[in-house]
Amino acid sequence: MKKNIRLKHYINYLILGLALVLFIALDLLGVLKRSDANLLAQVGYSVILAVSLNLVVGFLGELSLGHAGFMCVGAYVGGLVYIMLEPQLNKLGAILVALPIGGIAAALFGLLIGLPALRLKGDYLAIVTLAFGEIVRTVIRNQDIFGGTRGLESVRFGNRLYILAFLLAILTVFISQNLRRSKHGRAIQAIRDNEIAARAMGVNVTYYKLVVFAVAAFFAGVAGVLYAGSTSVIRSDNFSFNYSINILVMVVLGGMGSITGSIISAAALTYITVKLTISLSGDMAAIEPMVYALILILAVMWNNAPFLRPVREKLGAKLEALRQRILHCGEVPEDNSPEIAAWDKVPTKIPMDAILSTDFTVDHSFDADRRGKEEEQ
Amino acid sequence: METLINGLSLGGIYALIALGYTMVYGIAKMLNFAHGDIIMAGAYAILLVVGMTGNLLLSVVALIAAIAFCVLLGVTTERLAYRPLRGASPLAVLITAIGVSYLLQSIAQLFFTSEGQPVSTGAAQLGSVTFLGANLKLSSLITLGLCVMIMTALTLFVDKTRVGRAMLAVSEDRGAASLMGINTNLIITLTFAIGSALAAFASLFYLMQFPVVSPTLGSMPGIKAFTAAVIGGIGSIPGAMVGGVLLGVIECVCQSIPALSPYTIAIEFGLLIIILLVRPVGLLGKKRREKV
Amino acid sequence: MSEFMLETQNLGISFGGLKAAQDVNLKIKPKELYGLIGPNGAGKTTVFNMLTGVYLPTTGRFFLDGEDLTGKSTVEISRHGISRTFQNIRLFTNLSVIDNVLVGMTNRLPCNMFESMFRLPRHFRTEKELRAAARELLNVFGLDEERRSLASNLPYGKQRKLEIARALATQPKLLLLDEPAAGMNPHETAELTETIRFVRDHFDMTVLLIEHDMSLVSGLCDRVTVLNFGTTLAQGETSEVLHNPEVVRAYLGD
Repeated sequence: MKKNIRLKHYINYLILGLALVLFIALDLLGVLKRSDANLLAQVGYSVILAVSLNLVVGFLGELSLGHAGFMCVGAYVGGLVYIMLEPQLNKLGAILVALPIGGIAAALFGLLIGLPALRLKGDYLAIVTLAFGEIVRTVIRNQDIFGGTRGLESVRFGNRLYILAFLLAILTVFISQNLRRSKHGRAIQAIRDNEIAARAMGVNVTYYKLVVFAVAAFFAGVAGVLYAGSTSVIRSDNFSFNYSINILVMVVLGGMGSITGSIISAAALTYITVKLTISLSGDMAAIEPMVYALILILAVMWNNAPFLRPVREKLGAKLEALRQRILHCGEVPEDNSPEIAAWDKVPTKIPMDAILSTDFTVDHSFDADRRGKEEEQ
Repeated sequence: METLINGLSLGGIYALIALGYTMVYGIAKMLNFAHGDIIMAGAYAILLVVGMTGNLLLSVVALIAAIAFCVLLGVTTERLAYRPLRGASPLAVLITAIGVSYLLQSIAQLFFTSEGQPVSTGAAQLGSVTFLGANLKLSSLITLGLCVMIMTALTLFVDKTRVGRAMLAVSEDRGAASLMGINTNLIITLTFAIGSALAAFASLFYLMQFPVVSPTLGSMPGIKAFTAAVIGGIGSIPGAMVGGVLLGVIECVCQSIPALSPYTIAIEFGLLIIILLVRPVGLLGKKRREKV
Repeated sequence: MSEFMLETQNLGISFGGLKAAQDVNLKIKPKELYGLIGPNGAGKTTVFNMLTGVYLPTTGRFFLDGEDLTGKSTVEISRHGISRTFQNIRLFTNLSVIDNVLVGMTNRLPCNMFESMFRLPRHFRTEKELRAAARELLNVFGLDEERRSLASNLPYGKQRKLEIARALATQPKLLLLDEPAAGMNPHETAELTETIRFVRDHFDMTVLLIEHDMSLVSGLCDRVTVLNFGTTLAQGETSEVLHNPEVVRAYLGD
C-alpha cells in the first residue's frame, strides 16, 4: 500500500528530476546546444509560473489575469539587484541573492492584490488582477531607474541557468504540493468549494486568501528573476496581459488543480511556442496565438461543456480504472463509483433532483484533481 | 472645454462598448471578453468598404456593412463558443471568452497582417466649429450626439417593448423566464446581436477619432469599456453610460497633462480598483446578497 | 458554566424597512434539544445567520455560555463554539468525505503554514492526530467506509449526516441544525432523530434546530419557539406549544 501511494506523491519530482539529470548528462557530453539550454531555462520558469498560478486558479478557485504582473515586479526588482551585484560577486552569487529579493518584492504585491480578493470574487476579481498587472507594467515602464521604455539592460547568466530554473521548479512543486496536502491546503480548497461553509467551520478566509496570493506571487517573482538572467534586456512589453493569458492556458490545459498537468503542459506549450516562433516568420506568427486560443477553448469545452458530460464521465471512469491498475497493481480497486444511480429509487415526497439542484450546480470537473483527494499518508 | 468635449465623445464611444458588455453580462451572466474584438472586426469591415476614399456617404454604407458583419460574428461566437457552455462554471465561460478574443485577433492578423492600416472616413473634412472660444471638431460633436441618441433608444427599447421586458425577465431569473414561455436562448442571441450592433457603431466612431485599423484595435478600448461598465455597475444601462463618460473624460484630461499622460492607463485602472473596493457593485449597480 | 448555553436578548434584524426578525428571546439550557419552528419566511434561518455572524443583528445581543458574541465574525463565532449545518447542503463537494471533516478541525492544533510547507515534524504529528480524530467522528456517523469518496458522491441522507459530522468537528458547544430532515423520507427521518439524540448524549451537545417536520420536532425537542413574520408567536414545552391554537392557525392559515 505504502509503495503505491508514494509513486503518486513523488511523480512530479520524478518527472522534473529525471529531466534535469538527463539534460545535465547531455550537457556534460557536449550535445546540448546553447539554444536548447535557453529553451530549457524558459521551460523551467514556465513550469514555476504555471504551478504557482495553479495555486490561485485551481486551488483557491479565483481567476488571476495578472500573473505576468508579479513576474514583472520580480524581473525588474530582482533583475536590478542581480545587475548591481554581478560585478562585485560572481553571477551565481548575484542571482542567488536576487532570487529571494525579487520573490519577496512580488509577494508584497501579491498581498496587495490579495486585499481586493477579500471583497471581490469571480469576474470582478479577474478584471482587478488584469488591471493590476497593467498598472504595474505602466508604472515600471515610466521609471528611469528601470531603464524606462527602452528596458533594463541585463546580463545573461549563461547556459547553466536551466539547472537553477529546474531546481527552483522542483522547490515550487515541493511547496505547492506540501501546502495542498496539509490542513492549510484543505482549508484553501474548502474556500474554493464553498466559502460560506468554510467560514462557518472557522476557516480564516482572509488569511488564506492573502497567503495564497502572496505565495503564488512570490514564485512568479522568482520566475521573473530567472527571466532577467536569461535575457540581455528586460522589457516591460513581455509582461503584458497576453503573457498572463499564456500562463493561464498552461494551467487550464494541464487541468485546474493538477500540478502534474501544469508541469507537463507548461513544458509542452513553451516548447511549441519557441519552435513556432522560430519557424513562423512575419504574419504567419499569428498562428501561434491562434493555436493557444484554440487549445484554450477546446480544453475548457472538453472539461466543462454540459453536453459532453456523458462522454467525459465514461472516459474518466476508464482512465480511473487504468490508473488504479497501474498504481495499485494486484490490489482490489476501491469502489469509488458514484451512488447517484440509487437516488431515484428512494421514495420521497419531493423529487430529489429538485433539492439537489439547489446547491449542486457546482461543476465538479473544473477544479478537480481527484488524485490528490484520496487519503494520504 | 476642448478636452472636455473630446473626453465626452470618447466617453460616448466607451459607453457604447460598455453597453454591449453590460447587456451581455446582465442577461447571459457572462463577461464577453471578445466584445472588444467585435469592434476590431467592424473596423476592418469599414476599412474594406471605405478604404482611403474619405467619402462620407460611403462611410454610412460602411456602417451598415459593419453592423451586419458584427451581428453575424457576435451571434456566431455566441452559438459556437458560449452556448455549449451554458450552465458550466462562470470561470470556464470567462476563459473561453478570452480564448475567442485571442482567436479573432489572430485570424485578423492572418488576413490583414499585424500592420496598422490607415482608413479615411471623411471625418476630417467635417472641419470644426468655434464655440465659446474653443475649437471643437465636428466629428466629436456628431459622435457625442449619436451616442446619446443610441443610448436613449436602447433604454426605451428595454423599458417599453415586449422583447425588452423579456430581456429583463431573463436577466432576473433565467429559469423562471423560460417557465413563463420566454425563449431564453433567443433572447440571449438577440442580446449578443444588439451588443454587436452597438459595437459596430463604436467602430465607426472610433475610426473617426483614431483612423488606423490593426488586429489589436479592439483590445484596449474593450478592456477600458469593460472597466467603464464595472465602474458604472455592471448590468445597469445608465451605469454603463455614466462609467463610459467618466472614463473618457478622465482619459482626455490625463492625456492633456504631460506629467500624467504616461500613467493614463494606470490611473484608469487604479480608479477601477478603488471603486470596486469601496463599492463592489459599481456606482449604479444593485446589491445582491448570496442566500445562506 | 452559566445557566443557559445560549441566550438571546431581543435579537432582531431589519433589511431596509423589512423586519426579518425581531425581539427573539431564546434561553437554551445546556444539553437541551431546542426547536425553532414556523411557517416559511418566518425568519428562522435569519436567526441562525445572526447567531453565526453571517448577518449583523440590528438590535439585541446574544450570549454563548454567558459570553457576549454579538458582532463577532463568523470565524470568531465558530472558534467560540457555535457550529451549524445549512438548509441547502453546503459540503465541500470536491473534497473527500474525510477532508470535509478535517476542514472543520483546521483550528484544533497549532501547526503553521511554514511547518506544513516544509514538512517539519509538527506537520506530521498534526496530520496524524487530526486524521485519527476525524475517523473516530466518521465512525460515529457510519461514514468511515466512504471516507475516500467525494462528498458530492454520497447519497443525500449521508450528505446530511456528513454536514453534522463536519459541524461537530469544530468541537462546538452549541450545534445549529437548519432543517436537517428536509427532503428525507420517514425512514431516514426516524434514523436522523436517533442520530441527533445520540449526538446530544455522546458529545454532551446543546442543539438548536429548525424543522418543518412536526413529527421530528415533537419526537425530539424538549422545548420549541415558534416564529411567525419575524416575531415570536409562542414558546415553551413542545407538546403545549404545538397544541396552541394560534400556532395551529399560523401553520394552517385562516
